[in-house]
Amino acid sequence: MSGAVLPARQAMTLRQMLHRITFVDVALWTLRIVVLVVVIGGTIGTLIKSRYGSAQWVDFIVFGVTIGAIYAQVALGYTMVYGVLRLINFAHGDIMMTGAFAGYFVATSYDRSGFLAANPFTAIMITMVVSVVISTSIALIVERIAYRPFRHVRGFAPLISAIGASFFLEQTFRGLFGSSVKSYPDLHWASPTLNVLGYNIPKMDILVICAAVLSMAVLYAIVNHTKMGTAIRAVSEDKEAAALMGIDVNKVVIFTFTLGGAMAGIAGVLYAFVFKQVYFFMGFTPGVKAFGAAVLGGIGNVPGAMVGGICLGLFESVGPSLFFDGIGIPAPYQLRDLIAFTLLIMVLIFRPNGLFGERLAKERA
Amino acid sequence: MSATDPAIATVLHDSEVAAPESVFRHTAIAGVLAGVGGIYLAAIGLLLLLHERPIIVDVLSLGHATLIFTGIGAGIAAARGNEALGPRLLRGLMAGVIGGAVLSLLPLLMSAVSLRYMFISLSPQLLQMLTFDSDTVTQGCLILIAAGAVTGLIGAVMTLTPAAIRRHLMVASGTVIVAGVLQQLIQIMLQTSELLTQLNEVLYSWDGLMLQGAVIIFVVAFALSVGYSALTARRAANAAAQTPAARKRAQLINGLIIVAILVVLPLVAGIYVGQVMMLVGLYILMGMGLNLEVGLAGLLDLGFVAFFAVGAYVTALLTADNPHALAAMSFWTAMPIAVLCSIMVGVMFGIPVLGVRGDYLAVATLGLGEIVRVIVLSDFAAPLLGGAQGLLQVPRPVFFGIPLSGPVQLFYLTLVCSMVAAYCAWRLENSRLGRAWMALRDDEDVAQALGVNLVRVKLLAYGLGAAFAGLAGSIFSTMLGSVYPSSFQLVISINVLALIIVGGMGSLPGVVVGAAALVGLPELLREFGEYRYLFYGAALILMMRIRPEGLWPSATRRRELHADDDLLVSPAE
Repeated sequence: MSGAVLPARQAMTLRQMLHRITFVDVALWTLRIVVLVVVIGGTIGTLIKSRYGSAQWVDFIVFGVTIGAIYAQVALGYTMVYGVLRLINFAHGDIMMTGAFAGYFVATSYDRSGFLAANPFTAIMITMVVSVVISTSIALIVERIAYRPFRHVRGFAPLISAIGASFFLEQTFRGLFGSSVKSYPDLHWASPTLNVLGYNIPKMDILVICAAVLSMAVLYAIVNHTKMGTAIRAVSEDKEAAALMGIDVNKVVIFTFTLGGAMAGIAGVLYAFVFKQVYFFMGFTPGVKAFGAAVLGGIGNVPGAMVGGICLGLFESVGPSLFFDGIGIPAPYQLRDLIAFTLLIMVLIFRPNGLFGERLAKERA
Repeated sequence: MSATDPAIATVLHDSEVAAPESVFRHTAIAGVLAGVGGIYLAAIGLLLLLHERPIIVDVLSLGHATLIFTGIGAGIAAARGNEALGPRLLRGLMAGVIGGAVLSLLPLLMSAVSLRYMFISLSPQLLQMLTFDSDTVTQGCLILIAAGAVTGLIGAVMTLTPAAIRRHLMVASGTVIVAGVLQQLIQIMLQTSELLTQLNEVLYSWDGLMLQGAVIIFVVAFALSVGYSALTARRAANAAAQTPAARKRAQLINGLIIVAILVVLPLVAGIYVGQVMMLVGLYILMGMGLNLEVGLAGLLDLGFVAFFAVGAYVTALLTADNPHALAAMSFWTAMPIAVLCSIMVGVMFGIPVLGVRGDYLAVATLGLGEIVRVIVLSDFAAPLLGGAQGLLQVPRPVFFGIPLSGPVQLFYLTLVCSMVAAYCAWRLENSRLGRAWMALRDDEDVAQALGVNLVRVKLLAYGLGAAFAGLAGSIFSTMLGSVYPSSFQLVISINVLALIIVGGMGSLPGVVVGAAALVGLPELLREFGEYRYLFYGAALILMMRIRPEGLWPSATRRRELHADDDLLVSPAE
């Protein structure tokens, strides 16, 4: 809380230091310690009990990386938009949902015609392309209707409009396609596992990780090595100065939403392939978590979002068994979201600049 | 309408300068938007649902009325400007034709290919509705385009009529729509006395408003509207000469009249209306609580539902007749305890997020709310809180030997609680604390520099806001007679947020207006319940764009937003 740096810190006596501690500090330290105790105590307990073998831990880790790679893709959309507009793109999770829906209709029709089984690679590529086109166009429409009018408005208005956009998208899709949960077609060739170093890893996970990493590499290259990418970074750094240098801020914003929408589209299809189902509310929770990942990696920081996403995925996948099993909590997998949200809140409270925030701040200074 | 929106301002400006091709483009955009809007409503299934609700039996459905208003809207948008009569009428006509043509693409497409595999709402009934039950689709499309032309023209004519007459027309047609759509409730009310029953037979047939009834209501409402505006004009002239004491007395009398109406209405209108009013009352309670946090203190809290849940769960645990219960108290002892627990949880919520600001605070509170939900749902907390099965058999309160069993009695309980809470909220708003909250909302650093104790003031905002929600939750649990975790989804938080934004942030009457509009209206139009959240989403965006101060803004907010307008005149690119 007390962010002010005291010049005479060394000269402070113990009594003065004690006097400066407020009950808020005490509460925050208690929170830290409780979380630490749960994490460490749970880990020790679980390891002593040794209920899980190494194969299971590898399973958890691989799944964590898989889901983390998807979170990372969604987090990229948050981080870039925040960098450019200083706005939480609340509807981003729902844009991922639109991608998943678009992919669903393409993939099921291919599944019915047998094209998905006969020629899986082409079928998945086409599915992704369609979903990217849909999610990107929806991202751009949302930007035009719900975000652009508030570009110069301070206060709550932009965020509230974004929340409204999120609900509007969800309910629109519910109206269009119904509220039932639709199941994605099975990729039969991807169900068997692959033997890597003695561990069985599902082919699906490898596929998802590869696709996610590949798309993020492309995005990274675009952001770092093209003119438009440089413009995005310039606008994130200082909007006014960038505009003075002749950068068309409007174009940059549109390009940012295009990139974010495309990433969300791919992530939507991958997420749906992993969890095998789509419904209108599916984007909300991963969206909030991915925002947490973006903050964890330092918001506005593209590689940070990727790292943050993977971290979050790992925590969420390994965490329940590692932390909660040891302290004897029944059905720990139910508390998966608890770990993700706790991580989100801890980051927002204790490290709002993210893991790499300070390094970046120093670089900019 | 709005000077805050630069996009609209430029469009208006363009049409006044009137280069011919830009005028045409503007007209085309208005038409296409109207058509796309129609297609959207049809595709999400709302249009057909609206069509099933008649306004005038066999003449006009709510669905067709919606299309008509869309056409009129396109006409108005296209015909704006200040040149001669002819071109403006022509533009309105053109926009209508374009809108109708765009909309008629949908029936053409639907008759050519079946899209129901994807879009579940594109049913044969919708096709029938869009083509006005005509034999061929082509004929139906021609009718659509013609209807578009007529409505566009009407819209253009409306821009030419004086504003006062336009307002009376709108009031009159609005009254007809309300009288037609809520016919069931109104017929029940009209059957209470001999004279009213005769009136009922003139206006309504068994299944809805008749054409002659619609005409009568339209004429009467128009006349009343004209009379009322004449009266208010005279009263406004008098008001200037009135002493403050007299004005205060007039306000008090108005307030008493409203309370009397609220007391009598559920008795007259039946149990269903009582139930709706009770729900609105609960949302008003929650709205007043969130209003303290968001509207006054500027702390955007998306985890507000957690406090509501605490109130409900504590009441259930203390009073319920089930194995999870901790005690068998009466409702009246449990309620204050529930409120106290909510305050405690509110403060506990507030402490970790004290240092989090702005948008991050919204996400952090959202996360806290979700954590509460996850824990309540989990097996971990199930031995205490009943898990997904919830807590059953919460008894109804007994008031001096009278069991408050029906929704109407519970409504009176809610009414009394809301009035007490409203008094508290009103006093808080004008207190030292209230002013500290507003200082905090406007600028945290400045507030601190002025000597506002941020920690105390923020925690009080969370705690007191939570108290209102806890009270609402407490009543909610005894109303339902059981408590389930599924009643405490995030949507409740969004719901409450939406109602204070629509009503006007920081404004107590705004909370009432917002709750009536966002909770009462969808409850009265039950079959649209599914689309309620769509409506909320749209309302949030539209309110922020068109009327950020809300429907009934507080005086301060209105002043602030107008000050902002002056600043925005020179765009700060």
